Amino acid sequence: MPKRFNITLCDGPSCMHKNSKEIVAAIEAQLKKHELSDHVGINLSGCLGMCARGPVMIINPGYSIYGDFTEKDIPEIIEQHIKKNKPIARFIIDEDHLYNRFFRVFGDVNFFGKQMRIALRNCGIIDPENIDDYISLRGYEALAKVLTDIAPEKVIGQIKKSGLRGRGGAGFPTGIKWELTAREKSDEKFVICNADEGDPGAFMDRSAIEGDPHTIVEGMAIAGYAIGAQKGIVYIRAEYPLAVKRIKKAIADARKEGFLGQNILGTGFSFDIEVRLGAGAFVCGEETALMLSIEGHRGMPRPRPPFPSVSGLFGRPTLINNVETLANIPVIILDGAQWFSSLGTEKSKGTKVFALAGKIKNTGLVEVPMGTTLRQIIYNIGGGIPGDKQFKAVQTGGPSGGCLSEEYLDTKIDYESLAAAGSIMGSGGMIVIDEDSCMVNIAKFFLEFTQNESCGKCTPCREGTKRMLEILTRITEGKGSQEDIDKLLRLGNMIKKASLCGLGQSAPNPVLSTIKNFRAEYEEHVRDKRCRAGVCRHLLVYEITDKCVGCSACKKACPAEAISGALKQKHLIDVNKCVKCGACFKICKFGAIKKS
Amino acid sequence: MIVSDDRKISELKNFMREAKSKEHPDSQLISILHKTQELYGYLDQEVMSEIAKEMSIPTAHIWGVATFYHYFNLKPTGKHVISVCLGTACYVKGAEEILNSIRQELKIDFGQTSEDKLFTLQEARCLGACGLAPVIMIDDKIYGSLTPKKALEIIKSYRK
Repeated sequence: MPKRFNITLCDGPSCMHKNSKEIVAAIEAQLKKHELSDHVGINLSGCLGMCARGPVMIINPGYSIYGDFTEKDIPEIIEQHIKKNKPIARFIIDEDHLYNRFFRVFGDVNFFGKQMRIALRNCGIIDPENIDDYISLRGYEALAKVLTDIAPEKVIGQIKKSGLRGRGGAGFPTGIKWELTAREKSDEKFVICNADEGDPGAFMDRSAIEGDPHTIVEGMAIAGYAIGAQKGIVYIRAEYPLAVKRIKKAIADARKEGFLGQNILGTGFSFDIEVRLGAGAFVCGEETALMLSIEGHRGMPRPRPPFPSVSGLFGRPTLINNVETLANIPVIILDGAQWFSSLGTEKSKGTKVFALAGKIKNTGLVEVPMGTTLRQIIYNIGGGIPGDKQFKAVQTGGPSGGCLSEEYLDTKIDYESLAAAGSIMGSGGMIVIDEDSCMVNIAKFFLEFTQNESCGKCTPCREGTKRMLEILTRITEGKGSQEDIDKLLRLGNMIKKASLCGLGQSAPNPVLSTIKNFRAEYEEHVRDKRCRAGVCRHLLVYEITDKCVGCSACKKACPAEAISGALKQKHLIDVNKCVKCGACFKICKFGAIKKS
Repeated sequence: MIVSDDRKISELKNFMREAKSKEHPDSQLISILHKTQELYGYLDQEVMSEIAKEMSIPTAHIWGVATFYHYFNLKPTGKHVISVCLGTACYVKGAEEILNSIRQELKIDFGQTSEDKLFTLQEARCLGACGLAPVIMIDDKIYGSLTPKKALEIIKSYRK
């Protein structure tokens, strides 16, 4: 049976001293008296840190923090708050909150203190497999509120007013998307949650679903109500087995509790959700490809219009939102569009989750208000680069995004500023790159990815990326010419303009942005045949230094017989025979081989 | 004959019958292929022909779908499947070196199975465990913060 209330009582040493044990006994006795024992859960927590105001207890839902009371006050608290649902103001600790309700949960640890968690508000706090935990933190309250109090067009009005934009990368205003789908007349409509998180280096959606799956369920149900859909589909990567398991459980539990299914909460609104697995195709994150994949076809994009809002899944009007977008919906409903739109910059409201990875001390998920600078994320939250290495670039937006150099570190994060700098917001991957990486090689890495994932339908993307990859490979092998750089630029701009879908239109971005910001490295590769990071194997020169003791280990390891020298005498590498495999470098125990 | 394995084929047929009872049965094709791979470890041509018959979907269409998605194996895999993550975070943290050491150790390339049928090597495009980069996944288990040496030790432990 779900509990209507949860009481969390601080059981820290200080509160214990103020009779927390007796208080628990008093609460239990009062609940018994009012026959409420089955409806109220009681938990003891570790020290909540408000020792000065002890004893302290928190009553959820509503997050009412009670302090400075004694066991004699318990009958009144149970009678008023639990029975009549009227919190007693004189006991409630109500101090200024820095960040509305979200700051309360996370302490002021530096890593969290500079963040602001809205989409991830429950991640790490609730048991994701327990619906009661979610409900105790105002879960499904937003759904109940819209179903009973707010007309669908007003819900859309609020989302529009909030300024929320799609978090999948393109940044289309969510409210307008909802409005366009709501406007269509049809006997059947769909809400799709796009959880096909395919960007290498991005794991926001995975964590959001694994940590708080009910938020997605609630967001989808609210969207369904607003646009007049009765069916929802979560399209999720098969590579995320735990996330799949948890979203399935959340849907089943929500159905059991009456938040999904027929006649939700007795309001006459019906909505249900099905889970469909992707099968490892990056292009299926593109909305028209995604829908074809759900229909059981090869996921190859089609031209738009018609847009999904007009003719989507099975030809019906369809709303497609990304995981993070949906996670923001319940908050906008509960805390108001106005509050939400007070966060962020002029055109980008709210927060954005980033998956911070690569050469950075604190890897992990961070959620920051829009308008935070790249520098703040990398150095304040991320803790900078490990091992005294030099910062070289930050890559945002995955294979569709770009690499920004140091001069862009003070760029504010919002859709427009990142685009102006030559990258994109993207879905939230943020990879920090240090001096040990070669930018030409990084560009080649991304292009290999998009080339491999190109569905092959349109020529610019299918053939163009292949040619670009050939040129880049040539450059990293030391066979490039000055002309190749211009060719890359020309080809890249052409592919951007002529491709059918977002994949092709953005595939050249990593190459174009690295040429723009790191042109010197390209020039070094083609002119001097040199790779300053020492990554491009073919451009390396191996040399044996005076540290050599003549053990001949390298001579034996060399597959090309390029090393000569007598035992116990300094050896020599024949650069003309050397195939630059690095075998000698790896085997040398004396650090006598230098690569440059 | 792979389809003569009664238990597996009857489980698959039950799954397809259930799929057919739903709205838009053709749209269940990818779910059916997932189920097939779960049962057999890969998508066998004979089994795909059975699916074509049962679901009244052209074999060519099924083949088209099966080859489009990387997740589906078209050849039998070894006892353990090693996926080396080549996502960006792993890449900048040295995934290539890990990959090369595994390649050398098992003497196989992507998509191949070792001679003793113990390991199949696959590339993965981001396993979403970027905080632990570089990572590999063996079957369903993730191993993170690897060095080439650590990776080989882990593989050795599967040999026992």
